[in-house]
Amino acid sequence: MTLLLEVEDLVKHFPVQLGIVFKRTVGHVRAVDGVSFDLHRGETLGVVGESGCGKSTLAQVLMRLEPPTSGRVRFHGEDIFAKRGRALKALRRSIQLVLQDPYTSLNPRMTVGDIVGEPFEIHPEVAPKGERRRKVQDLLDVVGLNPEHINRYPHQFSGGQRQRIGIARALALRPEVIVCDEPVSALDVSIQAQVMNLLGDLQREFGLSYLFIAHDLSVVRHLSDRVAVMYLGKIVEIGSEAEIYSRPSHPYTQALLSAVPVPDPTMRSRRDRIRLSGDVPSPVDPPSGCRFRTRCWKATELCADAEPALVSRRGGHHPSACHHAEEQHVVAG
Amino acid sequence: MPVTSERLLEVSDLQVEFRTRDGVARVLNGVDYSVDAGETLAVLGESGSGKSVTASTIMGILDTPPGLVTGGSVRYRGEELLTATPQRRRELRGEHMAMIFQDALSALNPVYTVGFQIAEQLRTRRGMDRRAARRRAVELLDMVGIPAAKDRVRDHPHQFSGGMRQRVMIAMALALDPDVLIADEPTTALDVTVQAQIMDLLADIQAERHMGLILITHDLGVVAEVADRIAVMYAGRIVENADVGSLYAKPCHPYTLALLESIPRVDSKGTELTVIKGLPPNLTAIPPGCPFHPRCPMAVDRCHQVVPPLEPLPDDRSSACLFAKELVSR
Repeated sequence: MTLLLEVEDLVKHFPVQLGIVFKRTVGHVRAVDGVSFDLHRGETLGVVGESGCGKSTLAQVLMRLEPPTSGRVRFHGEDIFAKRGRALKALRRSIQLVLQDPYTSLNPRMTVGDIVGEPFEIHPEVAPKGERRRKVQDLLDVVGLNPEHINRYPHQFSGGQRQRIGIARALALRPEVIVCDEPVSALDVSIQAQVMNLLGDLQREFGLSYLFIAHDLSVVRHLSDRVAVMYLGKIVEIGSEAEIYSRPSHPYTQALLSAVPVPDPTMRSRRDRIRLSGDVPSPVDPPSGCRFRTRCWKATELCADAEPALVSRRGGHHPSACHHAEEQHVVAG
Repeated sequence: MPVTSERLLEVSDLQVEFRTRDGVARVLNGVDYSVDAGETLAVLGESGSGKSVTASTIMGILDTPPGLVTGGSVRYRGEELLTATPQRRRELRGEHMAMIFQDALSALNPVYTVGFQIAEQLRTRRGMDRRAARRRAVELLDMVGIPAAKDRVRDHPHQFSGGMRQRVMIAMALALDPDVLIADEPTTALDVTVQAQIMDLLADIQAERHMGLILITHDLGVVAEVADRIAVMYAGRIVENADVGSLYAKPCHPYTLALLESIPRVDSKGTELTVIKGLPPNLTAIPPGCPFHPRCPMAVDRCHQVVPPLEPLPDDRSSACLFAKELVSR
């Protein structure tokens, strides 16, 4: 498999400022704090974590919507943050974004045709003017919408259909990578499956790579080949779908998996639950050493002193950022 | 208060309409369910199925207009609530039935401390003085697992995290010892590890106080973990009602069956999800016959004509489908 995207020690800090006229910086929100991973062609990398773990900031930095504090991202071996002008425009063609909320990510005053066709205005080389209408109709057909609805407005569609419009827009420029930031979280249960199947079909048809960001572990398991688990701006464990879900070795991954309710009442008594106490600490002032130690039942003095690296240890076969990593079966199946 | 052997809370044939600019939306078209003391009833449905409107009608907090109750009854220990005086309903709210909402940040008043908001009802309803009410508020916050409750009682809602705010709202709902608690999507806005904490807390409190708990949710996983009985709603109707074990083992309505097949599961990696085609119906134009028939893989001509009633089946369950008997004997 071809390597598409290499993310190396990516950091994004947001300053916390006080004062109205004379602003002074009193600290930093360490939203993304040293994240590294690779993404290959045709692959889906799932990123899971609770709110505030930095997964959406990660998406924004990768899309070059926010400048990084430090670190490198290479796309086809070239540094994306060094690109300017024409090279940057070409890059934007190759990496596209699907957002969570289909109600706010579409302009209510534009027709569906204008929304899906807008990328062609910016990148006219993809579709000459005369062909655009037909191209847009093709795209609507690909995502399962009626091509005759090209002149309708977003409010005339349901949530699931609107998410399809967002996906059609992301597909317009034939990108290689699509970053999906919680694409099904706002949808109803019966609609979620439709959109998830669509994402799977499109991947097979166009050879797309997805960076699939979500908080729902069941959804991520269904779509991902590999999974990265984030906690307070760091990846705590990364591995194949089977490794993360069947043999998790980081205590946070284990707790997260054991907290997911399983739609099977016969499992109620059979599952060993791990219950975390407390909330996620503030990313402005994360704990020393291992960031998870304040909620971890395995924490020792070592965890407060030394930050565990994301490496494979004797306790597991895939990288896990825990001094006491140990594979444990948490969910059945 | 009349003491009878009636159910703790019983809703039957409840009908509610919303008069909107686009016509009359028939939001509830005959809802039947009941809950006993110590029982957890999960009301499961997608958005727009009418689960929250049913809850608001039970509590008597439905906005009228645009809402209008056009028929049916809600009985609390045998006492009809829909015809009760506003004063009587006010007496029942808080003391006998309480509700917690999805979004605690908008359900709590941002300009008062949480201590004041909990103590307020104790002072007006129980005639406690300021100091006793404050002391009780601290006890309640402590009971729902808020650390350092004594200090936090002076904090405002925005100073709490999402999970802690939900705990505050639970404490507030429990202040007057209700025997029915309605929880409307209590964990939908929360992260999964916090969701687990809150569901554990609700289960503990319910068992301890022997309350009737109505849990409104769209999450089939949460339901499987906590519910005793499940009522599945679709287009303002209960389409299936069964105990949790039999519902998951053998759904007797095509909608329930399709829902269970369409969700991804954390404990297995499926290939393709079975999709429910189409969309939930527009409530201003519910299709004739069974409202699910345009999306139903089993639909026959008769489904377009008759509205199947919620009919009882063996094992104390019921289903509103013409094929219920076939489905149950599968």
